Amino acid sequence: MIPFIKAESLVHEYSRRDEEGNITGINRALDGIDIEVKAGDFIAVLGANGSGKSTFAKHLNALLVPTEGTLYVDGKDTSDHINDLAVRQSAGMVFQNPDNQIIANIVEEDVGFGPENMGVPTEEIWKRVEESLKNVGMYEYRKESPNHLSGGQKQRVAIAGIMAMKPKCIILDEPTAMLDPKGRESVIKTVKELNIHENITIILITHYMEEVTAADYVYVMADGQIKMQGTPRQVFARSEELIKYKLTIPEVTKIALALIKKGVKIPKDILYVEELTDILLKLKARQ
Amino acid sequence: MLRDITIGQYYQAESVIHRLDPRVKVIATFIYIISLFCFNQLSGYIIAAFFFYCIVKLSKVPFKFITRGIKPIIFMLIFTAALNLLWTSGEHVLIQYGFITITSEGVKKMVFMALRLIFLIIGSSLMTLTTTPNQLTDAIENLFKPLNKLKVPVHELAMMMSIALRFIPILVEETDKIMKAQLARGADFESGNIIQRVKNMIPIFIPLFVSAARRASDLALAMDARCYHGGEGRTKMKPLKYKRQDILAYFVMFCYICVIVVTGKILPV
Repeated sequence: MIPFIKAESLVHEYSRRDEEGNITGINRALDGIDIEVKAGDFIAVLGANGSGKSTFAKHLNALLVPTEGTLYVDGKDTSDHINDLAVRQSAGMVFQNPDNQIIANIVEEDVGFGPENMGVPTEEIWKRVEESLKNVGMYEYRKESPNHLSGGQKQRVAIAGIMAMKPKCIILDEPTAMLDPKGRESVIKTVKELNIHENITIILITHYMEEVTAADYVYVMADGQIKMQGTPRQVFARSEELIKYKLTIPEVTKIALALIKKGVKIPKDILYVEELTDILLKLKARQ
Repeated sequence: MLRDITIGQYYQAESVIHRLDPRVKVIATFIYIISLFCFNQLSGYIIAAFFFYCIVKLSKVPFKFITRGIKPIIFMLIFTAALNLLWTSGEHVLIQYGFITITSEGVKKMVFMALRLIFLIIGSSLMTLTTTPNQLTDAIENLFKPLNKLKVPVHELAMMMSIALRFIPILVEETDKIMKAQLARGADFESGNIIQRVKNMIPIFIPLFVSAARRASDLALAMDARCYHGGEGRTKMKPLKYKRQDILAYFVMFCYICVIVVTGKILPV
């Protein structure tokens, strides 16, 4: 099967310039990235600030093109500008700041913006807007102004705006960085549901560990390279390495590791609070 | 103070005025503004005010909301009024004090000018309060379409305008935030003469411009990501189609002009 996204030794360089515009140095934001994503997967890309994860996300949407190496999205080469619109349609992107990606002043008009650009007929736009707003649970807000919504709600509108373009994949570039815990939870829940019920491939770029537990597979980025990969459990079990890449592990995993250090016999890869309490209760019952 | 800017804000309500075709509203607003400058007697203002009152009642927008739009221009209003009052020469001198001469013609002109400005502002803010920016853009794009032949980028201009309108409340909020942040650091925006005060505004404007530029670049990326590529091949979610109520509205506007013109002829007060 052809992978939905295939990156081969992807390199991206920024040139640093002085005040006169002369190149003074080159920054390697991405340094030989190899990633394959199957359709329908839920992938998380973890990384601290400056790890190159956002640069990578922009490549997936053809907003940036590789300096070296190749990137295929849905079988199309992103470095060819002819493919720009097709790539953006099959892999939609949600950004960090909810205010700066909502174009219209009414929720439903904003959701319709993408399909309008694609030249979808009017009746079909209305159908898509209704469907995607229902999918993210924002249908009752369709006539509201985005300014009156909370951050989490705005982000769900942004996701609906992408859904209305009928993409096969949604890339979320730190969608929860500016949200409160409640908004964060609602966004991740929405994304997970889209992945399960609509079979949308999800690529979640984040530095919040708790969000990664929803993913099927995790890549950890640092210095423009992929340093670790595996299922969330496999990755979190290697906590020392994660700390080296300036990432922190979920609180529950931290507690579990501390308990192990004290000699309590529990597994290293605990991700959920319920999981830990279950194991501890069983241990207690045995004693 | 900043929160009082009503131009460019939309007031959500279910009303006939909200449902009207935006082209009707744009044209009607233009006619209304032009009509304000076509008469020079009190009866005209009474008709204009009454007509406006009826439209506002129909639109279900609270009066408080509309009159808030006047506050930010109060200084300009007073300035124009004062100029009109002092610099109008006439026969009926009311007060003569040093170089100041106030004539009854001046008073009349002052009152009329102020009324015109007020009606102009509240008239156009009623249009933006009852029309979403996207509809407004659609209307302007549609009305100016013939200019496309002259290579005027009508769609792009309309899009720019609608985005500017969308960001007004966001930037207003941001200015408020920056002002408070600078006040907390001991900035002073209240005292000093006018030059000093303008200078004191610099710590507000620079962060505001920087963040506006950043927002613009973010928004451009987000628009790119949603396949925006200009007006070419674009369809409309809400295409403009005239309905019966729109024809009726044009007819009402026509009647309004007739009434204004006729009263101007028969009631010279």
